[in-house]
Amino acid sequence: MSLHISNISKSYKNVKALEGISFAVKEGELFGLIGPDGAGKTTLFRILTTLLFADQGNATVAGFDVVRDYKNIRNSVGYMPGKFSLYQDLTVEENLQFFATIFGTTIEENYDLIKDIYVQIEPFKDRRAGKLSGGMKQKLALCCALIHKPKVLFLDEPTTGVDPVSRKEFWEMLKRLQKKGITILVSTPYMDEAALCDRIALLQDGKILEIDTPNAIVKHYPKPIYNVRANNMYQLITSLNAYEPNHSVYPFGDFVHYTDSRADFNPDALRAYLESNNLSNIVIELTEATIEDTFMELAK
Amino acid sequence: MGNKKVIHAEGLTKMFGDFTAVNAITFDVAKGEIFGFLGANGAGKTTAMKMLIGISAPTSGKATVAGFDVCTQAEDIKKNIGYMSQKFALYDDLTVKENITFFGGIYGLSRKKIKEKSEILIQELGLAKVANQLVGALPLGWKQKISFSVSLLHEPKIVFLDEPTGGVDPITRRQFWEMIYKAAHQGTTVFVTTHYMDEAEYCDRVSIMVNGKIEALDTPKKLKEQFKAATMNDVFLKLARG
Repeated sequence: MSLHISNISKSYKNVKALEGISFAVKEGELFGLIGPDGAGKTTLFRILTTLLFADQGNATVAGFDVVRDYKNIRNSVGYMPGKFSLYQDLTVEENLQFFATIFGTTIEENYDLIKDIYVQIEPFKDRRAGKLSGGMKQKLALCCALIHKPKVLFLDEPTTGVDPVSRKEFWEMLKRLQKKGITILVSTPYMDEAALCDRIALLQDGKILEIDTPNAIVKHYPKPIYNVRANNMYQLITSLNAYEPNHSVYPFGDFVHYTDSRADFNPDALRAYLESNNLSNIVIELTEATIEDTFMELAK
Repeated sequence: MGNKKVIHAEGLTKMFGDFTAVNAITFDVAKGEIFGFLGANGAGKTTAMKMLIGISAPTSGKATVAGFDVCTQAEDIKKNIGYMSQKFALYDDLTVKENITFFGGIYGLSRKKIKEKSEILIQELGLAKVANQLVGALPLGWKQKISFSVSLLHEPKIVFLDEPTGGVDPITRRQFWEMIYKAAHQGTTVFVTTHYMDEAEYCDRVSIMVNGKIEALDTPKKLKEQFKAATMNDVFLKLARG
């Protein structure tokens, strides 16, 4: 096991940030922590990277205890925090050199690992980090987190606020790093990115809702889900919300995902109800649950 | 939805030195429309939005917002629009009530009106229990819902939302969109940017900016047909990757 987390709890005054978190990440696994702002993702990252003590429980990273062996952990992990935390006044190259030196290595020694990513920012190597665009900052931060060839890579919301194109590129980079044998723990509020992980933990309010492969999590969804569409989205949502037998009503793209509380639900009854609410062009069809459906059902 | 144009931009351009951040964009937005303004980071969305809300003067081209000219009547625009950004929404060290009172005052509402509006807002959002708590202590999703309601306090014709749902949990994100639908249904025009492509599907029309230009503008359905894509995410990937 590359990461072993056992019954970790952490509170800030009267806010419980983490409550009894336990899970393990295998060597070479790409593991996702999926949850919204305030779920406790960053607190867990800080505990695992030895920057914060847990109130309870224990954890090992690459075989080292996060409290006793913190120095070994710091040499074995790369950490990219959610907030950009490189030196804004140093250039791209100086930042990379700085982090290499701190870890007693050189850019040349581990250049193989960062080459794919670094070539994209190399044209700007003399530019100060503070003057880079969001996407370039993110690539530089990843290079700096990798320059000492860590066994485990921690990425805290690397794609928040990043557009879909850059997000896709970032995940392709992660997949390549994984192939080089690096274990990756990554957090994200984007549920569509969950599908790209080997396994995920759904996190909300400091608790794990579920841990499994993305496929298994989707399969566990307890009810049939229907795609519902009509001529007017706002009226459709209002009508479905007012429909007493509903179990959940969530807009999903150009459809609404609808589940019913009755076991013997008949879509025709729903159609008749919507028609009586002056809706037209009604479509009701079975669909498959997504990670987001599962998350919302568990978080309800 | 009426045909009345509440935003009209024609050849709107902004240059910083010899860099063209926004390159002659032309579009209209109708009353009550939910208009999605998409683009990759650095495509020029924020710069374009700053010109439309009257805080950055265009280098060339023209635009009217709520009937006022962005070059010569910027102050009138500010009074007739609402604006909400992800970065700056509310004052963390004021309570929910104090924030409402403060922004109501800024928008020039009477004391009586502010009192009336805050009661409705607090009731509609179910905030009675936290009305006297500091905003900083509330979850992000709540803040964003309050912030949106605050941006509507002065009943603006248009509300500009800059990535309002970033990092918000999926349930709250949907509640937020229900609020957007409601506002649009009541005739407020909604101009919104987002990186969630499922949210792009909720818009009446969507524009996609690439390197300062609007490269596509239509209903989500027509954009998907045009680019032979199953989802708006695929449309975006096809366009923005060139």
